[in-house]
Order: sequence, then C-alpha cells, then structure tokens
Amino acid sequence: ALTILAPPVLAETAPAAIAWQDGAIAAPLTDSPGDAGRGAELMATRPLGNCVACHEIAALPAASFQGNIGPALEGAATRYSEAQLRGIIVNAKNTFDGSMMPAFYKTDGFIRPGDAYTGKAAPADLPPILDAQQVEDVLAFLMTMK
Amino acid sequence: AALAGSAIQASADPVEGVDLVVNNEITLTTRAPAPAHLDGALPEVMSGWLFREDATRAMQMDDFDNPAMVFADMGRDLWGTTDGAEGKSCASCHGNIEEMRGVRAHMPRISPAGDDLWSMENFVNNCRTTRMGAEAWGWDSNEMMNMTAALSLQSRGLPVDVAIDGPAAPWWEKGREIYYTRFGQLELACSNCHQDHFGDMIRADHLSQGQINGFPVYRLKTAGLVSIHNRFKGCVRDTRAETFKPGSAEFRALELYVASRGQGLSVEGVSVRP
Ligand code: HEC
Ligand code: HEC
Ligand code: HEC
Repeated sequence: ALTILAPPVLAETAPAAIAWQDGAIAAPLTDSPGDAGRGAELMATRPLGNCVACHEIAALPAASFQGNIGPALEGAATRYSEAQLRGIIVNAKNTFDGSMMPAFYKTDGFIRPGDAYTGKAAPADLPPILDAQQVEDVLAFLMTMK
Repeated sequence: AALAGSAIQASADPVEGVDLVVNNEITLTTRAPAPAHLDGALPEVMSGWLFREDATRAMQMDDFDNPAMVFADMGRDLWGTTDGAEGKSCASCHGNIEEMRGVRAHMPRISPAGDDLWSMENFVNNCRTTRMGAEAWGWDSNEMMNMTAALSLQSRGLPVDVAIDGPAAPWWEKGREIYYTRFGQLELACSNCHQDHFGDMIRADHLSQGQINGFPVYRLKTAGLVSIHNRFKGCVRDTRAETFKPGSAEFRALELYVASRGQGLSVEGVSVRP
C-alpha cells in the first residue's frame, strides 16, 4: 500500500506477472479502485474497449449500434465473480477456449501484431489494448451489471 | 451464425426472397450450394449484396443508379486509348472489350509462364509493360480500378469458376492457411467474422461472408472504387495487425482462396456497398 505522503507511484501488475486461477484473477491489477463511470466510457469507445462492437449493453443506450457477436452483458455480474470477470477482460481465451473475444491485457504471442489500427508493424514494446487501470475501470462497470 | 436471444438478430440476417435482377434483364445468382472443397465450412454461399440495406441493394439493380458505372465507363475509354512506346491500345490486340467476357470469372489464375499466380491486375500490367511499352499502373490507381471494373462488367452473370488444382493448388493451400490465421493484437481470422458470424452485427456493420464476386465495389462512404486487395488490407488492419501489401503473394493466394469460396456465385461486375 502507498503512504499518503509519497508521490502517487501506483503499483501495477504487468501482464506476465498475473496470477491466474482457472481463468480468474483474484488480485486487482492496480492499487487504485476501478471507476465504473470511466469503465462505461471505455466500453463504448472504438479504439479502446469497444465492447459494444460485439456485445449489447442495455445499460449504455447512448452507445449506438451495438453488436451481437457475443452474449448481451446484462447480468454478467450475477453469472461470474469479480475474479472471473477480471480474467475474462484480461484474456477471455483462458475462460472460453478459442474465443473470438480479444485479450485486452496481453502484450505478446500475436501473429503480425500491428501498431493499433495503422496497418503498420507494432513497436517492440507493444502496449496492451487497455492498461491496468482501464481493466479495473471496465471491471467496476461490469460489477454494476447485476 | 445464429445467436439466440437477440432483438437485432431478426433484421440482421441476410435478406430472404429477393432476386438480384439488373436492368430488369440480367438475373444474377446470389446464393449457391457450397462447393465441395469448403468441406462444410458454409451451409451455402451468399453474395454480399444480400447483406446490404434495401436502398443500397436497389442501386445495384439499375445501371443508371449504380455509381460504379461512371468508373467502368472510364475504364472502357482507357481500353481504346493508345499508350506507351509501341503506340498500341488494349483494343489493338484484343478488339472490343466484350471479347474479354469470361476472363474475370477465372481470376486469379496461374501466369502464362506457369510459375506464378496472377490477379487481373498482373495480366493488365503485363500487357502494358511487355506489349505496349507503357508504365505499369499502381495496383490501387484509378486507372487500374477503372480498367478492372470495365473488365469485370464483361463477365457479369457468369459463375465464379477458379482453378484450384494443379499448379494453383499450393497457392490455394496458402490462401486457406491465411484465411484461418488469427492475425493481429485482436487475434481475429477472416473466418471468425465471415464464416462463424456472417449475418451478425459487429457494431454498425452487418457481416457478410466476405465474398469477392462483386469486386471491384463502389463504396458510398469513400465515393470511389475499392479493389479486392484493398478490402483485404482494411480487414487485416482492423484486427490491429501489420497488413500485407496489395499485389503481394499473400493477398494473391488469399484472393484465389476467397474466390473459390464463392464458386458458383455470379460475377456481379461492379457492386455497391455502404
Ligand atoms: C470481437 C468480439 C468481442 C469483443 C470486442 C468483446 N467481446 Fe466479450 N465476448 C465475446 C464472445 C464471442 C463471448 C462469448 C464467449 C465465447 O464463447 O467465446 C464473450 C463473452 C464475454 C463475457 C461473458 C458473458 C457471459 O454472460 O457469458 C463477458 C463478461 C464479456 N465478454 C465482456 C467483454 C468486455 C468487458 C469487453 C470489452 C472490454 C468485451 N467483452 C469485448 C466477444 C467479444
Ligand atoms: C500487343 C498486344 C496486346 C496489347 C496491346 C494488350 N494485350 Fe492483353 N493480352 C495480349 C495477349 C497476347 C494475351 C495472352 C492471351 C492468352 O493467351 O490468354 C493477353 C492477355 C490479357 C489478359 C488475360 C486474358 C485471359 O484470358 O486471362 C488481360 C486481362 C489483358 N490482356 C488485358 C489487357 C489490357 C487491359 C490491355 C491494355 C491496357 C491489353 N491487354 C493490351 C495481347 C495484348
Ligand atoms: C473483425 C471482423 C473482420 C475480420 C477479422 C475480417 N473482416 Fe472482412 N469485413 C468485415 C466487415 C465488418 C465488412 C463489411 C461488411 C461486410 O461486407 O461483411 C467486411 C467486408 C469484407 C469484404 C467485402 C465483402 C463485400 O461483399 O463487399 C471482403 C471481401 C472481406 N471482408 C474479406 C475478408 C478477408 C479475406 C479477411 C481476412 C484477411 C477478413 N475479411 C477479415 C469484418 C471483418
């Protein structure tokens, strides 16, 4: 934990350092709690989460054109624990074998990774699609979907 | 591709009970039995036309309403235009462009020398550079797209029928491998979207089977023609991947494989897309 007087250097768990239990991740990836409001925004924003590309999220009516590739997300927090949902966001393939859902907090093991949506080769230090805090933000919003 | 329990689903499936009849006279085949080499990957093959909105579909049913025709006309003009050191036009050797009927239906195919797979663009540039003494056109240049539009139109109504055996077989295998590879940071293969989820919505986009029988297509969004390889490039880019180049061996192999997935669909000449 941080002391109040220290400069705000937040501890973060890197993708490679995550402790998995059967597709679930018990420990938060950051020290600062997720913000559901920011999470909702991330889920509807194209270059970021863009979860609505594939999921209907009735709680986000402002996000027009919601896709139906995956299941609607209403009630997600009744079907899965917080640890399971964190795992699904970080890398859904550890929960659903071969899933079409992208891994949002992963930085290697890709075939021809690109530099975001430019079509050019990725930089050597390819960042994950969502950073640790953003994963916790999205998770905080999902946890409201009871 | 069906997922139960979604309200959008009903309106998102390909439209039923409509025929693509152009100018009230040419009936195009928009659904065909899946070819045996697909091994059950698709229940039947469907033209992208079936997945578009009523207004977009209608534009393709009358050549006066089809915005691509302006470009095909410019391609037809180029056909008769002298260019290059030899002082020849395409028409000098090939006669009327109508003589090219059938050519598009068999593209891509093995090169005359037998050692490469050529798209229509390669054949055109080969004639320009070796026979006309003219410069090659860029793969996605206006001249090339206008010319391929004019050439495709000559085969309108003929079934897509590409050779995938003999010397084409290794290209086809390579194309199939690319089709099922999960590229990019999103780890998505062509098959994830166009085989497993055609008929579904990915955000505002109604996923089709990603067929190429209607190419080059006119896109309303960009108000211009789009080549097959440029469309591939866009789809690969959208997986957050490093794309291949238009004209590359990878995209030519992929073109052969994707064309073979549409075997039996009509060449549509030039289609209209949102
Ligand atoms: C490219 C498509 C795609 C995107 C983008 C996507 N998902 Fe998914 N998601 C799926 C699919 C498909 C499933 C169903 C699991 C399976 O069988 O693969 C799924 C399953 C889930 C589930 C489990 C739902 C249930 O009730 O079983 C949750 C929760 C979820 N996704 C959350 C998210 C969040 C949060 C985001 C954005 C940060 C997101 N998804 C982005 C495709 C996607
Ligand atoms: C000097 C003669 C000549 C000129 C000029 C010429 N071509 Fe050709 N073209 C040929 C010959 C010869 C072939 C090979 C015919 C064959 O055996 O298939 C050919 C083949 C083709 C093919 C492949 C046909 C097929 O059956 O697959 C296309 C497409 C083509 N030409 C387009 C063009 C275009 C477009 C132009 C003008 C930009 C052009 N040609 C100019 C002589 C010419
Ligand atoms: C993330 C989803 C996704 C992936 C992966 C994807 N595409 Fe697409 N593709 C689309 C969307 C969306 C469209 C526009 C709607 C439509 O026609 O399906 C499209 C359109 C197309 C079209 C135009 C179809 C027409 O009738 O106009 C072709 C061809 C195509 N894709 C081929 C491919 C190929 C080949 C690959 C793999 C290299 C691929 N796509 C990968 C989403 C995808």
